[in-house]
Amino acid sequence: MTEVSRRDWLLSDRPASRRQAKLGQAYRTWLSFRTNWLAMVGLAIVVALIVVAVFADVIAPYDPVIGGDLRTERFLPPLTDGHLLGTDDLSRDIFSRIVHGSRLTLMVVVLVAVIATPIGLLVGTSAGYFGGWVDTVLMRLTDIFLAFPRLILALAFVAALGPGIENAIIAIAITSWPPYARLARAETLTIRDSDFINAARLQGASSARILWGHVTPLCLSSVIIRVTLDMAGIILTAAGLGFLGLGAQPPQPEWGAMIASGRRFIIDQWWVATMPGIAIFIVSLGFNLLGDGLRDVLDPKARK
Amino acid sequence: MSDVTNEGGRDSALLRFLWRAVKLLATVALTFLGLLVVTFLIGRVVPVDPVLAVIGDRASQSVYDRVFIELGLDRPLYEQFWIYLQKVLSGDFGESFLTKRSISDDLARVFPATMELATVAILIGTIFGIPLGVWAAVRQGKFVDQFVRVFGLIGYSAPIFWLGLLGLLVFYARLQWVAGPGRIDISFEYAFTNKTGLMLLDTALQGQWAAFRNVVSHIILPAGLLGYFSMAYISRMTRSFMLNELAQEYVITARVKGVPEWRIIWVHALRNAAVPLVTVVALSYANLLEGSVLTETVFAWPGLGQYLTNSLQNADMNAVLGGTLVIGGIFVGLNLLSDLLYSTLDPRVRRQS
Repeated sequence: MTEVSRRDWLLSDRPASRRQAKLGQAYRTWLSFRTNWLAMVGLAIVVALIVVAVFADVIAPYDPVIGGDLRTERFLPPLTDGHLLGTDDLSRDIFSRIVHGSRLTLMVVVLVAVIATPIGLLVGTSAGYFGGWVDTVLMRLTDIFLAFPRLILALAFVAALGPGIENAIIAIAITSWPPYARLARAETLTIRDSDFINAARLQGASSARILWGHVTPLCLSSVIIRVTLDMAGIILTAAGLGFLGLGAQPPQPEWGAMIASGRRFIIDQWWVATMPGIAIFIVSLGFNLLGDGLRDVLDPKARK
Repeated sequence: MSDVTNEGGRDSALLRFLWRAVKLLATVALTFLGLLVVTFLIGRVVPVDPVLAVIGDRASQSVYDRVFIELGLDRPLYEQFWIYLQKVLSGDFGESFLTKRSISDDLARVFPATMELATVAILIGTIFGIPLGVWAAVRQGKFVDQFVRVFGLIGYSAPIFWLGLLGLLVFYARLQWVAGPGRIDISFEYAFTNKTGLMLLDTALQGQWAAFRNVVSHIILPAGLLGYFSMAYISRMTRSFMLNELAQEYVITARVKGVPEWRIIWVHALRNAAVPLVTVVALSYANLLEGSVLTETVFAWPGLGQYLTNSLQNADMNAVLGGTLVIGGIFVGLNLLSDLLYSTLDPRVRRQS
């Protein structure tokens, strides 16, 4: 099949199968997404993050944890002796540490999304679908979690669970789901009484089946956009916890913790704390751009 | 409420208002109760033994048992919660293991510093954010609009503690334009008496202008930084509210009547956009509490945020939970305030409910 005919097949206005229709829809979304160059920059950054995280061992020229010679290789400025971004107080190559740190960042983002999204979807769709006292109880609970500033609640949880990257992820996930629950509830309310839901109910489908099979898929796209938009915030919260010494523990090359340890040398060896900050900035900027672009394409309400 | 007659109109309006107030209060009370449950439960799962934290690990078994009972740890969980509830409602958050003082005293001592920082920050954010947002909306799609968007995106993406460190490096260490960490230089610390805890106010009221200038030079960098983050949010929201207003028919009418364009933008449209903007400003004030935790750590600012992180690093659980509760309470209060302001300022909302 040549390129042109594949394109025609995708854009056909008389799709022969459900699969073709779905693929065609996805292709059209992609075409309109592609015109937004800022969103494409965001996508490129996120893809680059994944690639760097996967091939960290190949990309990083030095070991992220074991440093070089403490007498001669401490605090080398950027671009000396093959150290692209210089070395830190333990003679470790900062570039290699940042490259390996991308794994931790990616892990935080993925795990928080995997934990928080289902909780938010479950709470939100159940509240919206069942209504009544279930709705009241679940939404009160959601409001209570929303009543804490996120970082503060995460701090309190980490204080209770003990510092460490796993506990930081759990704490961030616990504080992230409420907005998704609200969103899923609002979406559910608009489709709860539609004909196809009633039809499914008449056919004897159980509530669980309707929620999982019919309601959740329709809430999914708006929740995913919201999660993508939140990614930058999640990365910043994780870095903040790391900076306060409550997230990843040394010698793990987590970016926030790297800034915290470089803080003491900021006046004379500015690069030690500056470089990991640039990495955090680029990655969260990438997620912000991607999220904005996705919202423009997938959310018809936001389109102007 | 269609059965309301004209004679009973005023009475039922009052009744409705009262009913709404009661409902609102009930909601707030429930949320506070929820906050308490969360902090109580967090306090229960801590691996730190609360008895050992009080008596140290060298006390005898009999002392241990006595304190165990004194703290109410032998009773069922709901009774313990009841005790906790009564204590917190009477303003007793327990004693800090670190400072050996009551936590409510500690919090009252550190709170003004955070309030001063957040207030200056929100002023900066509002004064710059609203005009920028209006400007971006008027010149939609043009250079200014793009600039405001990118400027805001940087604010959304940069870690605040990192920008703070860079700010200290550039403006304090290298350029020496501003003073360094802390609220005031030690040489000015006793130049005035502490009355309100707000140093800008104290120094100005007592005419200590040299000290005042020093305080300004200390606060400008952290407040400017926090203000930048709220400015990013405020300008973005202002832009979208203004775009909404400028597309309305009354704007066209005003243009047809020959009202000058600046009057249409800054008087007609902005006044209507101001109603939701009040909510936005109140919400960003609440968000500043969150930003202040990291900012205060970087700038050694002796406020709520630094108190919280200090207690955290020393496993001072009572202080952490007390601070969390107070911040949560302020957060709820500000949200409530923004709701109330919204319904008082917008005649449509006022009439509807």
